[in-house]
Amino acid sequence: MTGVMSVCLIAAAYLLVFLEALGFPFRHWLGTQIDFLPGLMVYAGLKGGLVNSISIALIGGILFDSVSANPLAISVLPLLVVGGIAHWNREVVLQDQLFAQFVLGTISSAAAPLMTVVSLYGIGASPLLGWGSLWQWLLLALGGGLATPLIFQTLIRFEKAFSHPPLLETSYRADREIKRGRI
Amino acid sequence: MLKRPHYILFSIVLVVVLAFLTLPKKTAAQLKFVFSGMFLPLVGLTTSVEHLADEISRAVGSRRSLQKEVETLRRENEQLRLRTFQTQQVWEENGQLRQSLEWQKQSPWKPKLARVVLRDPANWWRTLQIDKGSRDGVQPNLPVLTPAGLIGCVREVTSSRSQVALIGDPNCQVSALVKASDANGIVAAGPSSILEQAIVNLKFLPRGSRIKPGDEIITSGLGGIYPKGIPIGHVLDTNTVGYGLYLEARIKLLADPKQLEEVFVLLP
Repeated sequence: MTGVMSVCLIAAAYLLVFLEALGFPFRHWLGTQIDFLPGLMVYAGLKGGLVNSISIALIGGILFDSVSANPLAISVLPLLVVGGIAHWNREVVLQDQLFAQFVLGTISSAAAPLMTVVSLYGIGASPLLGWGSLWQWLLLALGGGLATPLIFQTLIRFEKAFSHPPLLETSYRADREIKRGRI
Repeated sequence: MLKRPHYILFSIVLVVVLAFLTLPKKTAAQLKFVFSGMFLPLVGLTTSVEHLADEISRAVGSRRSLQKEVETLRRENEQLRLRTFQTQQVWEENGQLRQSLEWQKQSPWKPKLARVVLRDPANWWRTLQIDKGSRDGVQPNLPVLTPAGLIGCVREVTSSRSQVALIGDPNCQVSALVKASDANGIVAAGPSSILEQAIVNLKFLPRGSRIKPGDEIITSGLGGIYPKGIPIGHVLDTNTVGYGLYLEARIKLLADPKQLEEVFVLLP
């Protein structure tokens, strides 16, 4: 991953947190705010290096907590865990398949808020939770899962736009050339 | 697998996270506002776009409908002026009576209009940020309301922005009373508040209170944060809790927390 793409990932984290703080999308109707950061962490873990995953978790988590009533930096470790697991398993994941992206996005979007809530209870905070939170959790997982392929496709296009076009190899090989002599 | 530089990186992140989590409350709040301040350019941009869209729609709208709207607003303005005049008379009369009875003089509310700039993206809190801070006279614990009714209180303040905890947030509880029966209780988040922000619970009501659906709920003035008489909502239904020791009512808030664009902070 190029340096430009690393900057793009940070910009994406910034924009996604801003969209969430505006209530985008469907927060009024669903009663639940979809979190896009776990999906972005999956992308950073699979396509980028560990340094990218760490920087996105740190910046995204702190930005998310800054607009929330969460204690500052409580979301960093859950995001880092999601990105780290994706990174270590990147060779066994069919990362270009939409379904694989959806499944990974769903799992990470379910795991990250769960870990954040456990961390909140761990430091003595009392968030608003109840049976309705299960419904919210389901929507969070599904919404995050659906958003992940979109994040992948958008960022892959960006990556293509900012990198050199691939060199096209021809099938011609000089050592296999048939040289015709005089008949 | 993990290499040595990875271990070092993880350790650094862990130290940074722990350092943030163990910061004093005030410093952490200030830092939060610094980080969330990075979104202000985007907030400004979205506001400009909204203004532009409004102007375009106004320009495109027919002259006739605009004239009709102006006429309606003019009539409404005249009515409100008359009502303000009447209120002023009543206020002065109230002041004189209080003086003659040697009661403490009531100071009028000073509402400060503020715009909602950011909402809490976490599903387990109900907070938002407004564009007024300490330099506008905003302090922690001041009531925040809309023309419809109370919506919460100021929690954290910086010079230019403040965080508001809405009714339904675990950190916002309001002492309230049922207007019809004078029964006192505490408005706080309930199980219904998770999916429907406009529904909260009125807890710890006396067992024998006569409360029926539709009863109006207002602030009781107890606790010293909220002045008495601010409308909060109306009762949806009641049930007994705590093995029949208390009554609990579900309340529909008058101000819809999902539709908030502008709010008033009541300055002392």
